[in-house]
Amino acid sequence: MSQFDLSKLPQGKKGFMHDWGSDQRAFKGVPWGKAMMWIFLLSDTFIFSCFLISLMTARASTTVAWPYPSEVFGLTVFGTSVPLLLIAIMTFVLITSSGTMAIAVKYGYEKNRKLCGWFLLATAIGGLTFVGMQAFEWSKLIFHDGVRPWGNPFGAEQFGAFFFMITGFHGTHVSIGVIFLFIFSRKVFRGDFDTGRRGYFTSMKSDYEAIEILGLYWHFVDLVWVFIFAFFYLW
Amino acid sequence: METDKKQEVHTHKIGIYLWIWGLLFVFSFFSYMVDYMNYQGLLRWSLILFFMFAKAGFIMAIFMHLYWERWAIVNVLLWPMTAIAVFVGIMVAESQYTFFTRMFYFVVGS
Repeated sequence: MSQFDLSKLPQGKKGFMHDWGSDQRAFKGVPWGKAMMWIFLLSDTFIFSCFLISLMTARASTTVAWPYPSEVFGLTVFGTSVPLLLIAIMTFVLITSSGTMAIAVKYGYEKNRKLCGWFLLATAIGGLTFVGMQAFEWSKLIFHDGVRPWGNPFGAEQFGAFFFMITGFHGTHVSIGVIFLFIFSRKVFRGDFDTGRRGYFTSMKSDYEAIEILGLYWHFVDLVWVFIFAFFYLW
Repeated sequence: METDKKQEVHTHKIGIYLWIWGLLFVFSFFSYMVDYMNYQGLLRWSLILFFMFAKAGFIMAIFMHLYWERWAIVNVLLWPMTAIAVFVGIMVAESQYTFFTRMFYFVVGS
């Protein structure tokens, strides 16, 4: 991977100056795929920030009362209404899948093929559960409560548009992640990263670094949900 | 030799992941309790923000390994966030102005 010994390079602030002042590459010890994933995630951060900032702007500037998410997303269980129940469960499911992903990355680097594969599969199933619950949430809001992008029975009309846009964009990210998790768990189980089997699309050899890159994406999806949970559902 | 070094850089004991995992659960539970206990106003907002940043920080530092990365990439990733903070500030001012003009013209009339 690298022609230099990372531990011999200066660390911290000095390392920052050294790396950026050096030739050939600024990100020492970071594989190009990982650097590119980080840059992509940075751009994605800006997209989600724009969504959440527009939500803030709309909510702060409307003179009509904003629907109270605690009640809108409440569920009635055995006759008692619990606020935000489904959203709380979704949050825990996504965090669980983030934890299994972190462990999958760890086993990937230890070249523990089986455990890495199983934890990847568990992560994929967690993501699938999340998407399923989101589909339930959407259909409840659309068919039962009659929420539309241009209006809803609870309050300010912008609510629906922001709900569908923000959770929809996040759900798309989760769905894409789930697809890749299934593909990569298959690749791991088959031993692609041990035998150096070439990828179907890229026809390049890969190794367990790919799992960490996929992990970065998946943790980012969880990270975005942390902010959506705070700003859309709790605020 | 090369692989040994790489493992040294990248793998950590499973305990740290389980710890952070547990912490994320606890923080999520508390941020849910903020809503469940129906706290309102400044207390609600500050608690939401505190738990949000704590969760985000742990995910980025430990799960995404940013804590172990070199400053060259950490700085590239974190400094752009200040632009977002500035944008938030601008839009807070803008939305307050919009709210004020709306109230003014709705009440005073045309």
